[in-house]
Amino acid sequence: MMLVGADVPRGASRKEPMAPPETAASPPASPAPKMRAENLRAWFGRSLALKGISLAIADKQVTAIIGPSGCGKSTFIRCLNRMHEVIPGARVEGLVTLEGKPIYGPTVDPVRIRRRVGMVFQKPNPFPTMSIRENVLAGARLNGLRLEDPEALVERALKQAALWDEVKDKLGQNGMSLSGGQQQRLCIARALALEPEVLLMDEPCSALDPIATARVEELIHELGERLTIAIVTHNMQQAARVSDFTAFFLLGELVEYAETDALFTKPQDTRTEDYITGRFG
Amino acid sequence: MSAPSEPYLRRRIVDVAARGLCVLMTVLAILPLLSLLGYVLKQGLGALSWSFFTELPRPVGEVGGGMANALAGSAILVGLACAIGMPVGILAGVYLAEFGKNRFGNAVRFCADVLSGVPSIAVGVFVYTLVVLTMRRFSALAGGVALGILMLPTVTRTTEELVRLVPDTLREAALALGVPKWRAILRVVLRTALPGIATGMMLAVARAAGETAPLLFTAFNNRFWSASLDKPMASLPVQIFTYAVSPYDDWHRQAWAAALVLVAAVLVLNVAARLVVYGRTAR
Repeated sequence: MMLVGADVPRGASRKEPMAPPETAASPPASPAPKMRAENLRAWFGRSLALKGISLAIADKQVTAIIGPSGCGKSTFIRCLNRMHEVIPGARVEGLVTLEGKPIYGPTVDPVRIRRRVGMVFQKPNPFPTMSIRENVLAGARLNGLRLEDPEALVERALKQAALWDEVKDKLGQNGMSLSGGQQQRLCIARALALEPEVLLMDEPCSALDPIATARVEELIHELGERLTIAIVTHNMQQAARVSDFTAFFLLGELVEYAETDALFTKPQDTRTEDYITGRFG
Repeated sequence: MSAPSEPYLRRRIVDVAARGLCVLMTVLAILPLLSLLGYVLKQGLGALSWSFFTELPRPVGEVGGGMANALAGSAILVGLACAIGMPVGILAGVYLAEFGKNRFGNAVRFCADVLSGVPSIAVGVFVYTLVVLTMRRFSALAGGVALGILMLPTVTRTTEELVRLVPDTLREAALALGVPKWRAILRVVLRTALPGIATGMMLAVARAAGETAPLLFTAFNNRFWSASLDKPMASLPVQIFTYAVSPYDDWHRQAWAAALVLVAAVLVLNVAARLVVYGRTAR
């Protein structure tokens, strides 16, 4: 966790956890952060994908991460539930905390972290060998947990994912029989069934049509009331619609982080302005 | 590019000739299989009788009898081979697919490929020295070991291929649910690859069931009922071999019947394997 090398970017060199506001590493007037990254650096083999990110994810808020392709936004959220390190050759340096406790440490079991910090992926990935019901219960069943009332859990999770009404009569059907948007909501239900504290979403709508996207966005909005959500998106309108805070990443650095309205209406950094006005990316 | 000046008629003739040649060669390619099936069917059906499945071989000179012991023996030998070859092969395949992107993995892959090219009689000789000489007798166990070794490379590489085909997104989905890697592999990856692996296993079984050479000096043969693994055991291929090279007409007919049964069994396994694949892709 030592700082080495000279390429530490602005915003990362500060020692104070609560950063002064010029680059706004933590949004002003935010509630207590649920998760925090400090000088987070991530590698794929020899290439440095995240060049020292310091960012606080506010509790029970939706934080959007935007930026052009390859800017490290997916890598960043994968570092928040220790999914980055499952890629061969990938490694992480720096500090990430969940409720103040570091999640990268010799005594921390990544499996426990992943149960508390759930994840939804770009492409819907229900388990093809399982029914809708089994998919929702997969987190518990695969972990060998005993459930008091599995049916109630299935119903609760599917209702939270706004899928219950569409599938309640066919819970035994294969999860792959659903449409793309339904599959993605099934994956959200699967993640919610483990009752995570944080939900990470990696471009959850990029494989969906506009109507399915609208449903998932509505869902994110609802879930954001009770859950801490970090969503990576390519789509700036989507970030503006669903999030309370927005972080703009560029080339593995955090350029700007502010309340969503502020970031989109009066960006502080010219690069942010260029990006949101469509001059590049 | 002389095409524009080339007469159209000539091109059409060349096209028809070339296509005709391809069809002819295709027919030639499947002709051996069809004629083999036809001939075995013709010769075998006449010799097949109820007693073939229920009775023991009779002594030379007595007409009739059957191969019940060889049928059971083949089943036992193949079962033994599966018990030996499948756990090793499947787990080795999972290792290669999930963790084998290193030198050791490459070495194992190379060995498996070489092993699958080793003539089956060489495997028989190897098991003869390893098991038969140590136990000081021919045994069903030795036969099972020989067939198991023969199955090993097919099972390993098939499992590897099919586990590799499982998309990474499913592994990630499981890991992101806080499932430990070993459980994710066992309950999600292997489970997803299972129909394909089962198909591969059926083909491996079909292959092993027809092997004769490695059994000649491992399981040897037996004219009587035997279920003990440390005694010689009869099997269909070896029985066919023994009967076919004998000078007795009745034995020749029995050999045809046995060949028919063996071919039918292999065919059924192959078709079943195909149906499993078809059923999976159709869904």
